[in-house]
Amino acid sequence: MSEIREVPPTATEDERADEPRGIQAMLRRRLTETTTWTFLILLGIVAGFAVLRFEQFATVFNFRNIAAEASALLIIAVGMTFVIITAGIDLSVGSVVVFSGVIAAKVMLGIGGEGWGAIGAGLLAGLVAGLAWGVVNGVLVTKARVPPLIVTLGTLGMALGSALLITGGIDVRGVPLQLTTTIGIGQLVGVPYVVIIAALVTAAGAVTLSMTRFGRYTYAIGSNAEAARRAGINVDRHLIKVYGLSGFLAGLAGMVSLARFATTTIGGHSTDNLAAIAAVVLGGTSLFGGIGTVLGTVVGVFIPAVLQNGFVILGVQPFWQQVAVGAVLIVAVYIDQLKRRAQERGERR
Amino acid sequence: MSEPLLEARHVTKSFAGVRALRGVDFAVHPGEVAALVGDNGAGKSTLVKILSGTLAPDGGEIWFEGRQVTVPNPVAARELGIETVYQDLALAPELDPAANLFLGRELVRPGPLGTLGFLDKAAMRRQTNKAFADLGIGLQDTGAMVANLSGGQRQSVAVSRAATWVSKVVFMDEPTAALGVVQSGKVRDLIRRVRDSGIGVVLISHNMPEVMELADRIEVLRLGVRVARFRAADTTMEQVIAAMTGALGNEDVA
Repeated sequence: MSEIREVPPTATEDERADEPRGIQAMLRRRLTETTTWTFLILLGIVAGFAVLRFEQFATVFNFRNIAAEASALLIIAVGMTFVIITAGIDLSVGSVVVFSGVIAAKVMLGIGGEGWGAIGAGLLAGLVAGLAWGVVNGVLVTKARVPPLIVTLGTLGMALGSALLITGGIDVRGVPLQLTTTIGIGQLVGVPYVVIIAALVTAAGAVTLSMTRFGRYTYAIGSNAEAARRAGINVDRHLIKVYGLSGFLAGLAGMVSLARFATTTIGGHSTDNLAAIAAVVLGGTSLFGGIGTVLGTVVGVFIPAVLQNGFVILGVQPFWQQVAVGAVLIVAVYIDQLKRRAQERGERR
Repeated sequence: MSEPLLEARHVTKSFAGVRALRGVDFAVHPGEVAALVGDNGAGKSTLVKILSGTLAPDGGEIWFEGRQVTVPNPVAARELGIETVYQDLALAPELDPAANLFLGRELVRPGPLGTLGFLDKAAMRRQTNKAFADLGIGLQDTGAMVANLSGGQRQSVAVSRAATWVSKVVFMDEPTAALGVVQSGKVRDLIRRVRDSGIGVVLISHNMPEVMELADRIEVLRLGVRVARFRAADTTMEQVIAAMTGALGNEDVA
């Protein structure tokens, strides 16, 4: 049977002769991508709220607010995008946010004073703490061969538990005021510093993923790790770097959070991991690996953020946001599955 | 006959007590197509995996250009100039053909951007199109994922990858299994061209007419040992099949 169904190359070429080429082919690909229609959904949501409550919703102040609110999650989600493209997962990010915040705050308080010296040392310590958890995740996933879901579930508990042990469960307050007045709530030509940081991280992540060898290896490993290995790519080392990046960015998000709230928000990050995973998947990144973009993740972060903000303005119970995002998430993965099934049928052709 | 390019001597390999290779010998010379044939379970794939660095042998020796070597991993094989078309193709389905052709050997841009690891996608695309044109593969949309190609097109991508990078020996494990008539013809032409450029081609195939057509020499494995060697020109398909099934045990006919 399979012999008969094999399409002779000549027929294939005839069949494809009228297919669009170049830009048209690219456009057609774009239209079938999840990212495109989630972006349209985001535009629709923004337009909807703008129509309903133009004066309150479509203001510079409000957009600035949404962006600042979303900045920490966006930073985490950029790292999560890399991890999920390798067909991995990082559940520990929220706990790492808390842990590095605690480390940074403790270092700042330990050195004391209001100077940039203490702030700088604290920030550095927080970033190193985040990176360290990420590297631990990566080493356990690659060298100990424990599945990422379990490794990062374990470090989720370990990082949060350690943070609670260090603080006794009470938020650390009294970080230098300068940190909050500058990085936390300061602005550069009307744009909050935290938004600038998140935008820079996003841009760097997008460029790295789409244009560099590091990004190419990330896709290749998620697509077919064995093929990558046979092609001479050091898969273990690359995965350690990817998990390290995720941990580092969680640490950076911890610093942003610390700067904005002037306190370690120990209880406030228990669902960061799920929010980041949801954003990444909404943005068209496949949980099965090999597919995804940072730009899509940006869209995926802002859909819940805009919904939340719009519902508050409309006076709708903001809890609807969770219901709506949950539904959109399931639809996004359902469509991803449909595409995969269509592909598998193609393989058996 | 010339010095063998790559030679396996008394190579053994066991899996959980099962002896897959029981002291197998095999050789390929420059500028020849050496077919490696045998029934299922004869040890062909195991031998290829050992010689291409994806499996470690339990015992025996590997000789390359007159010196004893070890091939601990695929990179070591690559550095010797050995390429492999794997039966499972070893492609990354979510990447495009150019990305697969250059997998692990990506071209980077000149200058500081290259140092930072920025890819030269245009150059890779160009060279891929040229490689495909050489093989006669007509891909309209080279930006599409490999997953969206037909089985034959995928196999062509894997074959042209090996042909692009090989400098000494290429292993082709069932290189035409998924191809239609026209495309298998093109792959056979490619195999001859690769051979004529002085490269040793090891062809693993169940397609006996194809083996008889392409091979210069035929080495027959049976139950983990080499049981016969034939010069293809002086051999009939019946003789080869007899050796494969054990009806004829004649080492060194060639």
